[in-house]
Amino acid sequence: MLSQQRDYVLRTVEERGVRLIRLWFTDVLGTLKSFAISPAELENALEDGMSFDGSSIDGYSRIQEADVLASPDPNTFEVLPWVDSKTAEARVFCDIHNLDGSVFDGDPRQVLRRNLDAARAMGFEFLVAPDIEYFYFAKPGPDGVPVPLDQGGFFDLTTTDVSSSLRKETIRTLETMGIPVEYSFHEDAPSQQEIDLRHTDALSMADSVMTFRMIVKEIAAMHGVHATFMPKPLERVQGSGMHLHMSLFEGDANAFFAKDDQYNLSPVAKMFMAGLLRHAAEITAVTNQTVNSYKRLVPGFEAPVHVSWARNNRSGLIRVPIPKRGSPSATRIEYRSPDPACNPYLAFSVILAAGLRGIREGYELPAEADANLFEMDDTMLDKLSITQLPQSLNEALRLMESSPLVQETLGEHIFEWFVRNKRHEWRQYKTQVTPFELDRYLRSL
Amino acid sequence: MATSEKIVVFPGSPSPDLARTLDLGGHRWKAATSPEEAAKSEPAGGWMGAIIACDADPEGAWAFARAIRKRDNPVGAVLVLVSGAQLGDLEMRDDLFDDFCLSPFHPRELEARLTHLFSRAHGPMRPEVVEHSGLALNLETYQASFNGRPLDLTYMEYELLKFLAQNPGKVFTREMLLSRVWGYEYYGGARTVDVHVRRLRAKLGEEHANLIQTVRSVGYRFGQSRWGS
Repeated sequence: MLSQQRDYVLRTVEERGVRLIRLWFTDVLGTLKSFAISPAELENALEDGMSFDGSSIDGYSRIQEADVLASPDPNTFEVLPWVDSKTAEARVFCDIHNLDGSVFDGDPRQVLRRNLDAARAMGFEFLVAPDIEYFYFAKPGPDGVPVPLDQGGFFDLTTTDVSSSLRKETIRTLETMGIPVEYSFHEDAPSQQEIDLRHTDALSMADSVMTFRMIVKEIAAMHGVHATFMPKPLERVQGSGMHLHMSLFEGDANAFFAKDDQYNLSPVAKMFMAGLLRHAAEITAVTNQTVNSYKRLVPGFEAPVHVSWARNNRSGLIRVPIPKRGSPSATRIEYRSPDPACNPYLAFSVILAAGLRGIREGYELPAEADANLFEMDDTMLDKLSITQLPQSLNEALRLMESSPLVQETLGEHIFEWFVRNKRHEWRQYKTQVTPFELDRYLRSL
Repeated sequence: MATSEKIVVFPGSPSPDLARTLDLGGHRWKAATSPEEAAKSEPAGGWMGAIIACDADPEGAWAFARAIRKRDNPVGAVLVLVSGAQLGDLEMRDDLFDDFCLSPFHPRELEARLTHLFSRAHGPMRPEVVEHSGLALNLETYQASFNGRPLDLTYMEYELLKFLAQNPGKVFTREMLLSRVWGYEYYGGARTVDVHVRRLRAKLGEEHANLIQTVRSVGYRFGQSRWGS
């Protein structure tokens, strides 16, 4: 199968006159990295990988050996639809290996592969469908203050047209690249968009999220607009989340579905949810990895704050949507804390690992919390033993650092680098004097 | 028949009956245990044909057939040997073989079939473009187009669309598509078929997405049904 896929890729490059092949991979923070090779180099790259200096890539650096191999995954070869067909270009995602062919520990894609293998060993396939939110802004001015394309969105037809035609063009491009879209709409906040992708296996979906972010930004830039996945760009309106709809399949059966349960949830689904809830706080640094992420996770903006679950309570961390027509295959859970600035390979990995831990250890699912948690005081929450997600990157990192689960899931190399890098980010942030402080204290103190 | 050309035989240790029949017929042949081995020992001008015996290891045999058919220079004349109980395996695998012979076989029947097959293999080739309502798939170059515009597909999307377009109007279950398009070794189950159908529909675009129809609680169908529903 592999050699047929290679033949197919080589043949397509020849027939379509592809001039450049972009080798895509991801650094530890989830930034898409790329270098281009010519068609003449492709056959060799598919066979043996292409070596490059990894020391300039965030989280790849090691002390002794800097060179690593990018091994293209021929299954992910796609011609890029936005490049003029006369100078066609294509992309292919890569796995990163050491020069001796062993797996490179710093490669997030291989971390996800390893965790999906662990699920497979238990008989499960992990399916994911994200709802991705983002903002369109006019190009930021010198003061760096973001200006929404449309203010409010509902009244000003002409500017709303700009963002909705951008969104339509984005969806067309996504679909041309084999990324099917389920829904899309203008969100409540000015210039905020949401695009929901159709579920697929977690590895393809992580690749799709990387492609998605690239396409959204690329198409916006072509029209002189800036698209951002920053979790909370505007103070008084809701931030951008990346809710993840998830299920486990056992062969062709949805392992989350149970016909005779009042929630239509199987014991597997409940243990998975219990695992996710119990380990939610320690994996949050990975699913919400920026200082800014924690300005989204506050009460009042439909973002989760409490570690709880419910069927139709959007203040909870896990929501259990009622599937259309009660279809067993559509039974799923929705994890609502992640934001679109995360590294999808690592975020999917820690979420899966937390859920599988729940299944392995037979965790018990706490009771559904269907009341509005934002209206409860701390004593009431304590009584229901409902805890909170970490409230800052600092707190999240502290919880992550003492988590054997996260360490094991990410592997020593990435775990250690991630904590070090994010500690540094927090230290830098801590020394900032913010407009809030100046405004509040300069005159009065 | 030119005896300088060679036939590749699967499995690696063919039955004494098969070996004897080929030797008596004056064929030059070589047995191979895998497609890789077949490629390694291939004569400069390519294999003239292949004889694939399915009785001992049917999965390996069909994987072998798939491999030598789906490679860059596919082997043109393929004859499969199947037992009576395996006749069902031939269904929907028309693209993997040109003729078959029931095993155990009569030596004269096998010889007659081989002579006929190899004489035909040197004649005109089968059509290389599959066309259906604006969609064209060039089987030689792997390229797909829609109303003349290139349609960029991944390998598995291409293989799935080709299979469907070669059998328009017929309803396939997910399991059937999985075993015929992906082969046996694929992990992921029938969900894989759904995911690829969705990607294909997305690439075909809104107006043409219905070229691949969902047949509720059965599977998928390409194009109109034969009965015009």
